[in-house]
Amino acid sequence: MSNLPSLRLHIPVPPARPGDAPSFDHLRLSEAGAVRRPDSAAPEAEMRDLPYDLIRVLDGEGRAVGPWDPKLSPDMLRRGLRAMLATRLFDDRMFRLHRQGKTSFYMKSLGEEAIGVAQSLALGERDMSFPTYRMLGWLMARDYPLIHLVNEIFSNAEDPLKGKQLPILYSARDYGFYSLSGNVGSRFGHAVGWAMASAYKGDDGIAIGYIGEGTTAEGDFHEALTFASVYRAPVILCVTNNQYAISSFSGIAGAEATTFAAKAIAYGLPGLRVDGNDFLAVWAATIWAAERARTNHGATLIELFTYRAAGHSTSDDPTKYRPADEAEHWPLGDPVDRLRQHLIALGEWDEERHAALVAELTETIRAAVKQGEAVGTLGQSKPSVREMFEGVFKEPDWRLIEQRRELGV
Amino acid sequence: MAQMNMIQALNSALDVMLANDPNVLIFGEDVGYFGGVFRVTDGLQKKHGLTRCFDAPISEGGIIATAIGMGAYGLRPVPEIQFADYILPAYDQLVSEAARLRYRSGGEFSAPITVRSPYGGGIFGGQTHSQSPEAVFAHITGLKTVIPSNPYDAKGLLIASIECDDPVIFLEPKRLYNGPFDGRHDRQLRTWAGHAAGEVPEGHYTVPLGKAATVREGKDVTVIAYGTMVHVALGAIEESGIDAELIDLRSIVPLDIDAIVASVERTGRCVIVHEASRFGGFGGELSALVQERCFYRLKSPIERVAGWDTPYPHAFEWDYFVGPARIAAALNRAMEA
Ligand SMILES: Cc1ncc(C[n+]2csc(CCOP(=O)(O)OP(=O)(O)O)c2C)c(N)n1
Repeated sequence: MSNLPSLRLHIPVPPARPGDAPSFDHLRLSEAGAVRRPDSAAPEAEMRDLPYDLIRVLDGEGRAVGPWDPKLSPDMLRRGLRAMLATRLFDDRMFRLHRQGKTSFYMKSLGEEAIGVAQSLALGERDMSFPTYRMLGWLMARDYPLIHLVNEIFSNAEDPLKGKQLPILYSARDYGFYSLSGNVGSRFGHAVGWAMASAYKGDDGIAIGYIGEGTTAEGDFHEALTFASVYRAPVILCVTNNQYAISSFSGIAGAEATTFAAKAIAYGLPGLRVDGNDFLAVWAATIWAAERARTNHGATLIELFTYRAAGHSTSDDPTKYRPADEAEHWPLGDPVDRLRQHLIALGEWDEERHAALVAELTETIRAAVKQGEAVGTLGQSKPSVREMFEGVFKEPDWRLIEQRRELGV
Repeated sequence: MAQMNMIQALNSALDVMLANDPNVLIFGEDVGYFGGVFRVTDGLQKKHGLTRCFDAPISEGGIIATAIGMGAYGLRPVPEIQFADYILPAYDQLVSEAARLRYRSGGEFSAPITVRSPYGGGIFGGQTHSQSPEAVFAHITGLKTVIPSNPYDAKGLLIASIECDDPVIFLEPKRLYNGPFDGRHDRQLRTWAGHAAGEVPEGHYTVPLGKAATVREGKDVTVIAYGTMVHVALGAIEESGIDAELIDLRSIVPLDIDAIVASVERTGRCVIVHEASRFGGFGGELSALVQERCFYRLKSPIERVAGWDTPYPHAFEWDYFVGPARIAAALNRAMEA
């Protein structure tokens, strides 16, 4: 027998549970403006410090500081604010409609709105995103018609996805938004394949893929990084680290040992770790990675460091597994408040205009919901049942034709 | 005896096994502190300790691979896959590894794991929270596939599965967690309270794998079902006035072929019901077996009632879900021929 201590199985435990004081002392944060910005064509080997820092532009006073400041026009900042607010207000409204039994399911992106919005605006029309279910901001930033969202959520007769998909698992090809699915992670590799196809054809579009930090544990994540690296695919691969995967804190996905951005190092890809609640930082990192991709320097992994301020979905109650007031203690603030504060600091916005914008968006959303309700909510209205058999194959085979007949539709 | 719903009965089975056998451990997505998205592991971490019931990364392939490694070492892991729809990333581990480890190692290694996973429709869960994948496991030799239909069986079958030395896929009909759903979604829903199978012993007992249950005796036609469809078929039979015998398979591998043959020999007619889509479904195997073994006793063609051959569509939940009307129509066809 050796005189070593006996082996022990380590199970990660979060710093705070319900009833404890929220604690974020363990987080690795940087000051706004403190992280260097290398040339986007620099060799990966010269950037291995970046995955352990946190790229931030907005400081505590709402000023844009440091080398990553993208110097956006006030108009663009206001567009971003508008889309982020629209996302938040729409989420709130839909959550309430779920409580009233008007749909089966909903998920919010509360606290993560800067990500989808900034990246949607920073990238071009020919670029394709491979979103997660928390990327409504992408569609809001591109003015996707609200009524389509509402009809999809109600699975009613006007649902653009014809009643086939769960609420919020949208597909909007013309808006650069790839079809969502309920299984997490499985489209991360599609983003790489799409980018490889664009390179193969000699086109100029790139792809951006998303995965939650929890889902980086799936093989899909590692496979996508391998292919992106091997073929220098023009793709931006994003990990939205909102600290939680349903009830599991990020330690269950490996965050005790390293950062998610640092996973890039082993694949020979640059890894950027970015304040995901900072609209300007998200924008800046995205255009850096886009420039790298567009100039044939290959893929970048971006960790967007944020916080899931709401429950996982309408089926979840986060007070069962984390302190009820934890969201208020998130050290990187709220993305909407921070962008608003920045615009106000620039003298380009004020509380009155903000209140007017909220009122206007609330009214627009209310009108879209009314229009959708007039078609019907879940169970009151649905597409023709014949639709159930369409789209399995391009043309239905005998089985589907017989079954359709058996059902009498 | 205590009154339990299926969630409580499963929880009780796990509780009993954690207490009885230090080699039993549970892991899966959100099963630890939180107790699982369907609450099946509620309280088990607190009662039995952090290393006995803990959260896993979102990696179904990783969960099953590590469970196999633990099983090979001598533990009896009971991993949970949060929804059966998400078991597919683990399919290679189940098919190429768990199912064959004993065979290919000449018995040196084996994988005594029990993979619990909620499955099935009727909850407006759309394409990826509603599927019934039992046929893709039944096709793989070396895996056992168990599907309870009530709290009493759920507990006894789960304990038997954990004690079984072979890998078991344990599919839980999530639509039955809270009550015996008969497909009448527009009527008052029943709970397990007051149902005979909601009376569950608190301690250890088993329901053997491979033994079907006769839910209802009858002389006119044999109805074979499992999972949620047991209750839908029972409701349809009771409303039809046909004296049907209803067999709940409880496990599809091992399959109680004797119970099936004995019943069909008596009735001469057979209706097979499952939620999963029809083509290549487990009903095809059942139909072939009945035909091979009971051909000369059959008075009418074997009927299969199954999900349509489409993905599971959200808006069309009740058009897709096999309901009492389709079962009644099949019963009538079987009786008329
Ligand atoms: C393959 C697969 N496994 C499990 C699930 C169940 N599930 C849905 S969301 C989720 C958590 C995902 O967490 P994360 O990737 O961190 O994204 P977040 O929800 O935090 O945005 C899980 C486990 C699923 N949808 N797909």
